[in-house]
Amino acid sequence: MTVQPGDQQQAGGAERDRVLAAMADPTRRQLLDMLAADGPATASTLAAGLPISRQAIVKHLAILAGAGLVTSSKHGRDVRFVVETERLAQTAHWMAGLAAEWDARLAMIKQIAEAQR
Amino acid sequence: MSQDWIEREIIIEASRERVWSVLTDAHHIARWFGDSAEIDLRPGGHASFGWKDDGTYLAVVERVDEPNVLSYRWARGVDEKPAEGTSTLVEFTLTEVPLGTLLRVVETGFASLHGTEAAQERAANENTEGWTQELAELKEYAERQAA
Repeated sequence: MTVQPGDQQQAGGAERDRVLAAMADPTRRQLLDMLAADGPATASTLAAGLPISRQAIVKHLAILAGAGLVTSSKHGRDVRFVVETERLAQTAHWMAGLAAEWDARLAMIKQIAEAQR
Repeated sequence: MSQDWIEREIIIEASRERVWSVLTDAHHIARWFGDSAEIDLRPGGHASFGWKDDGTYLAVVERVDEPNVLSYRWARGVDEKPAEGTSTLVEFTLTEVPLGTLLRVVETGFASLHGTEAAQERAANENTEGWTQELAELKEYAERQAA
């Protein structure tokens, strides 16, 4: 048993919750994809490639930033957004741990069920 | 339920009835899920799963369709009451296959937490596709980003 359910509540849990919630939206996933593929971009540049308003994109970027999935920096009058991979990798790692935990439980169920046929 | 988070399955060489009893009998549960277990096997029934070095997690049974489907809502924190936004939903599905029983577990609800801007936005926006990102996809994404 490597992952206890309590791990969900331990340090990092709140950050992870924000990552999961941020990633739950298809537009935000698309924004991350665009930033990853094309490099740093402004909200206006991103808006040019999507059928939604710049304002809506700014809102989505704020949620992504709140989850630590993007960061922004000022370049003259422009605010450029960049993908941050660490949070995402941590969350994926955590989910992989939970999945492995289920694998272990299912294997145990199999063992018990087959032993008592 | 193909739209949510963790989904795992295993083929068990035993009847569905057999697998069902391992899934639902507190005695058996305590062997594969924590160290102690109690379960009132009916919709709305309470369940608890205890880990010696961690604590007790409470759950509420949602669906009991013997020997096909069992689901319960499982609190994320020790001694917490399971509620939407503070719990995940675990659903087991048992299917007869030539070798015996295909047991699938799907755990959902990781993304629908209270208090986050995104969750509120989702609740307000009924046509949301929900959480379609599966683990493999997320993992692949993370790896692609890290590359």
